[in-house]
Amino acid sequence: MEKIKTIVLKEWAEVFKNRLVLSTVIFMPLLFAIIPLIMLYLTRSTSMNDLTSDMPSQIMQLCPEGVALGECFQVFMAGQMMLLFMLSPLIIPVNIAAYSIVGEKTTRSLEPLLATPITTAELLIGKNLAAVIPAVVATWFGFFIYVIGAAIIVKSPYVIASLLDPKWWLAIGIIGPLLAVLSVNFSLMVSSRVNDPRVAEQLSVVVILPILAIFFGQMFGVLLINRQLVLAFAAIVLLIDLGLVFLSIRLFQRETILTRWK
Amino acid sequence: MIQTENLTKAFGATTAVDKLTFEVKEGEVFGFLGPNGAGKTTTVRLLTSLIEPSAGTARVNGYQLGKANKDIRRTVGILTETPGMYDNLSAEYNLRIYASLYEVKDIKGQVEKYLRMLGLWERRFDEAGSFSKGMKQKLAIARALLHEPPLLFLDEPTSALDPEAAHLVREFIEDLRKEGRTIFLCTHNLDEADRLCDRIGVFKTRLIVIDTPANLRAQLFERKVVFHLKDADDRLAENISSLAFVKNCKRVDNKLVVALNEPEVHNPEIVRLLVGIGAEVQFVGELKHSLEDVYLQLVERA
Repeated sequence: MEKIKTIVLKEWAEVFKNRLVLSTVIFMPLLFAIIPLIMLYLTRSTSMNDLTSDMPSQIMQLCPEGVALGECFQVFMAGQMMLLFMLSPLIIPVNIAAYSIVGEKTTRSLEPLLATPITTAELLIGKNLAAVIPAVVATWFGFFIYVIGAAIIVKSPYVIASLLDPKWWLAIGIIGPLLAVLSVNFSLMVSSRVNDPRVAEQLSVVVILPILAIFFGQMFGVLLINRQLVLAFAAIVLLIDLGLVFLSIRLFQRETILTRWK
Repeated sequence: MIQTENLTKAFGATTAVDKLTFEVKEGEVFGFLGPNGAGKTTTVRLLTSLIEPSAGTARVNGYQLGKANKDIRRTVGILTETPGMYDNLSAEYNLRIYASLYEVKDIKGQVEKYLRMLGLWERRFDEAGSFSKGMKQKLAIARALLHEPPLLFLDEPTSALDPEAAHLVREFIEDLRKEGRTIFLCTHNLDEADRLCDRIGVFKTRLIVIDTPANLRAQLFERKVVFHLKDADDRLAENISSLAFVKNCKRVDNKLVVALNEPEVHNPEIVRLLVGIGAEVQFVGELKHSLEDVYLQLVERA
């Protein structure tokens, strides 16, 4: 455990000296909290309740009897914006992991590191945690600000209740960390094949595609986020994570790293 | 401390290390010489368990390579070809990281000991990236010693250093030798190997030869003594050549270069003869071949 802790602290000390990485960790979750709050603020006016039943079916599905259409629209918007909180655990670790691995390559610090009695598992766990923890903490912090802000802005108990629906806690609390693990291990694999952190980041960004698919899927009424979908998504991400962890350990062979990383 | 038997490493169709068999004894400074691409760094990586052999066996510090790799890594220190420090972390933090990874008990004490010993204590809070090449190299040496390994691998420790920094590093290696540590020294610097190493292995994918620097010279070149005279002529050279124990004698300006098996025994007789026939002997010295001559001969033959 001591070695893992050393790696995590070392990674943070190094990586957070990079302003780009630091600003990504701090500002992205804040931005992802502020954008939906602005949306909720703009849609809170009573005139929204004058919306007609010409609303798209995906919004109408969220509209039980007795609830104003404006509130339903807010619930729909809140659901869409909630997906932003699943993007930040994907994007933040990409930055950290790309700099962490490619940095080791460019400074040639990996050989002395691998020459210590640290095991490959300890090293990988350390690097994973160093990228996953800030991403998850920052995401949860952003979500916390969003919930508090929404409670102040939104007056409708129906909208508040939908924001606090267990499916979102599950999505942010469980899928968020799982997505962060996915992102880190994908970045580890990409980073081991390129020499420039920017290239590693660009290639790693493909991990956000599934979330974008859900975002647009819901927007165009192809799917509706509910507890079943969230649980199914969690299970799929968990399976992908297991596969990626296995692959990244297989690819992170000392010999391969030392003899092929140029 | 190191025993290898037919240690081999191939990368695909290319063999980097071929059937390497040798031994390094405790307290010995062993020089590993070879041209670029000879497989020296691959050998160091094999012996520090960073990569796995394709064939053959090795024991390092009593541990079997492949079976106790973690123990090998725990008990050896390595100075890699490039220092590989974390440039935007302080010198002290760099060492603290490695002290922790090497499971050092007194991290603070060991870090301070080596920072002071290598003259870096005053700069301990400076980022490693702000250090000169020589200082970075010293910091990397400190890193290799934090856990007090009995066996140290130094891969080109003075390459890319200015003469002053290289001198400091060599002095430090001398001190380590006095402490009784076993040192495996890869170097291109033949003068450095000559001065520091008890034995030398010349290597080019295969081990070409292994011996002390003095024996290597003796094996390759006959011993020659130079007699500096006030005036020399061919008549003197002919007189010396007529002696039974003299293998060869040549005149070069005012010098006679005499090939002998045992100069210690026969020099006085030659001096007596020269003085007897009227020559004025100014100075007598053995013609020493540099290790470079030895090395070039061996590598050329290989």
